Amino acid sequence: MRKLALGDDILLTVEKPARYLGNEINAVYKDPSKTDIRFAMCFPDVYEIGMSYLGIQIIYDLLNARDDISCERVYSPWVDLDKIMRERNIPLFALESQDPVRDFDFLGITIQYEMCYTNILQILELSGIPILACDRSDGDTLVIGGGPCTYNPEPIADFFDMFYIGEGETVYYRLMDEYKRCRSAGMSRDEFLLRAAAIPGIYVPKYYEASYNDDGTLADFRPAADNVPAKIEKQVVGDLDSVSYPEKPLIPFIKVTQDRLVLEIMRGCIRGCRFCQAGMVYRPNRERSLDFLIKKADLMLESTGHDEISLSSLSSSDYSKLPELTDHLITECQKKNVNISLPSLRIDAFSLDVMSKVQDVRKSSLTFAPEAGTQRMRDVINKGLTEEVILNGAMDAFRGGWSRIKLYFMLGLPTETDEDVEGIAVLADKIASGFYSIPKEERPGSKRVEIVSSTSFFVPKPFTPFQWCRQCTKEEFEEKQKLLSRKMHQVLNHRSMRYNWHEFELTRLEGIFARGDRRLGKVILAAYKNGCIYDSWSEFFNLAGWEDAFASCGIDPSFYINRERALDEKFPWDHIDAGVSRSFLEKEYLKAHNSEITQNCRSGCSGCGCRAYNTGVCYEA
Amino acid sequence: MKLRIRFSKTGAVRFIGHLDIMRYFQKAMRRAGYDICYSKGYHPHPVMSFASPLGLGLESMGEYMDIEVNSALSADEMKNMLNEQMAEGIEILSVNLLEDEASNSMSAFAAADYLVRIKDEACAADSQSVTACNISEKALSDFLERKEIVVRKKTKKNEIDLDIRPLIYEMYLRADQSIFMKLSAGSSANLKPELVMQALCSQDGSAFEPYQLQITRLEMYADSGTDGNRCLTPLDKYQTKVS
Repeated sequence: MRKLALGDDILLTVEKPARYLGNEINAVYKDPSKTDIRFAMCFPDVYEIGMSYLGIQIIYDLLNARDDISCERVYSPWVDLDKIMRERNIPLFALESQDPVRDFDFLGITIQYEMCYTNILQILELSGIPILACDRSDGDTLVIGGGPCTYNPEPIADFFDMFYIGEGETVYYRLMDEYKRCRSAGMSRDEFLLRAAAIPGIYVPKYYEASYNDDGTLADFRPAADNVPAKIEKQVVGDLDSVSYPEKPLIPFIKVTQDRLVLEIMRGCIRGCRFCQAGMVYRPNRERSLDFLIKKADLMLESTGHDEISLSSLSSSDYSKLPELTDHLITECQKKNVNISLPSLRIDAFSLDVMSKVQDVRKSSLTFAPEAGTQRMRDVINKGLTEEVILNGAMDAFRGGWSRIKLYFMLGLPTETDEDVEGIAVLADKIASGFYSIPKEERPGSKRVEIVSSTSFFVPKPFTPFQWCRQCTKEEFEEKQKLLSRKMHQVLNHRSMRYNWHEFELTRLEGIFARGDRRLGKVILAAYKNGCIYDSWSEFFNLAGWEDAFASCGIDPSFYINRERALDEKFPWDHIDAGVSRSFLEKEYLKAHNSEITQNCRSGCSGCGCRAYNTGVCYEA
Repeated sequence: MKLRIRFSKTGAVRFIGHLDIMRYFQKAMRRAGYDICYSKGYHPHPVMSFASPLGLGLESMGEYMDIEVNSALSADEMKNMLNEQMAEGIEILSVNLLEDEASNSMSAFAAADYLVRIKDEACAADSQSVTACNISEKALSDFLERKEIVVRKKTKKNEIDLDIRPLIYEMYLRADQSIFMKLSAGSSANLKPELVMQALCSQDGSAFEPYQLQITRLEMYADSGTDGNRCLTPLDKYQTKVS
């Protein structure tokens, strides 16, 4: 029987002990004495969130496919266990072997959102790995970061030995081989890191240094060692069918956030929405073939026994073989009593037809993401969605039997006016009026429509056309939200409206770190020492802890968010090459201010720079 | 047709709760290729019911669930198919075809056997403070000779006084110092072994340390007796067809 790192007394006192047991179906167990490299793969949030993330399963599968590597998983201990581990000096352990993380050669951390930064420090501290990379020495575990936040890794550069920029499938094996070579040659940690820095896509922050102007902006950022590249190039998979995809994904015992099979149908997005970082950094858009997906879906349903399958991509409607794929899945899944979930579909006649086949229309709601209320604003963000299309989609939905509509919007977009803010309520009201224009006896459901509008606050992100833009202040956000709340009460169909909004404070922090620089590392450390952890969980968000951290480090947060940047300002992320060129982003930024739209990648190339990857939509016939 | 499945639950999986075990078996049966019956509607779920939830931390050698299938292979084949899909710590011990009129295991469940032992690590750590290590034959026979053993029992709404003596059918100390007990169970009068241990410790004046005890459910029974005469039959032998 496997040993457990935690005693029964602990497992019976903490919430959901299954978070710490491992033992899931399809978990991989290897004898560490028979492998050369031990790799601990971590998602720095609670188990249920981390287990829902496909990326870890891909890397887990990829690394464990090699006999000389054993890859295990680590998630953030929940606050109850965190306390016990500190009191009793229990080191953080990996789930499979239950061995301490510090016994591993590598700790890989996927960084999906800025608000997990303090959780990264928790992982390091509980593992007994020095929090600052500069304090680590030869025997210490190597800490490598990956994921979307690594497109601007500077705020967390102090805590990582290296970052992996791009898609995990491409250079991990090469990195592992280099490590083995260096170790058997008896080389030091530094000698290995220097060699790793020469691998495309690997960024070793300690070999670079930054200097700043008097006004606080970046003056210079340059390599501080010989033979490290001035720019780190994002790595992407050329042919998605050629790389491994986990055929036996892990099946957790407890219900996790994404409790279903995930079929990633493509990467990247053809749309080019100007606020969307994913839409820019995951370019070029590449599809998996229909054959590949059908084969994998059948295999995975068999190997997991899941009763639900979900298609994953940034915009599934743009998958060129979607009708064929959904046809196959609907037939197969009905036979097997498997549910299908189809997020990120554009609402049109085709998607409504598909959805009516896979869900109970009367009970489900339909989601639209117009992102902005007026056509002008939607053109600024290049949403590529007209009011006519939205209203027609809604009418089709009502005739198809739906009577609950969810709408997603952003507040605080660049150039936004009061009219744009109120336009959100106006659009929601028009949709409701459409419903009531249907004769009463033909209306679906309870003869009333329910329209739920949600707003989030816009955060400018690196590698988007809005990377130069100022983010609204807390007061401005608050004003916009109140203006919209008022308008929601004034419109004709206000009784059919509901309105939810996100919190301000998290948005502010997210903005600071999204476009932050290396000087923010000490703020994150100070906040962590003040007790900040699980920042994205509103019940734990500790505003005072963060405010004190900024003050004690002498850093003014508004520098990072509340100013429009000059077109020629040097950015802390300029040394990362994410594929889209700065000149393309600048062109898009200027077009946005003229409400000019840009065509999508399939309609025609706009010269973003990603053709250089020689693959995907850029080369479609 | 209805099948009754008996399984054991030991090791790390004893920290997996009842609802999660149900979800686990739903997926396992799909993987095993069981031709299980589904409920109707947009979210069909397999027809499956468990005899009784097992408390978190308890082990079991005799857990039961009933399922309905459209077709089935032999009992042995069904057992092997499902065993190939099990996580460490869960083993399918038997699969039996039920009589068509059989009541489900949940309503048939009337009594259970438990074994209570001191965890090895607790014994090793501090043999003095350990509770049940010191339970003597004498203490146990004093306990069982009492006319009534009244304990405070928490119910959903409040706390009540409950005489548990009539619910203890059998109880003795085994040579290895573990305690065996056969207790009333099921919907009408369910007695948990923890409550018995608590009462025993309090009579003895020793502290009740639940984390030091490992409780194992050994068997579950149906009662086929009439006129108040108990006749306990293990659930895997109750209303099952010989295949």
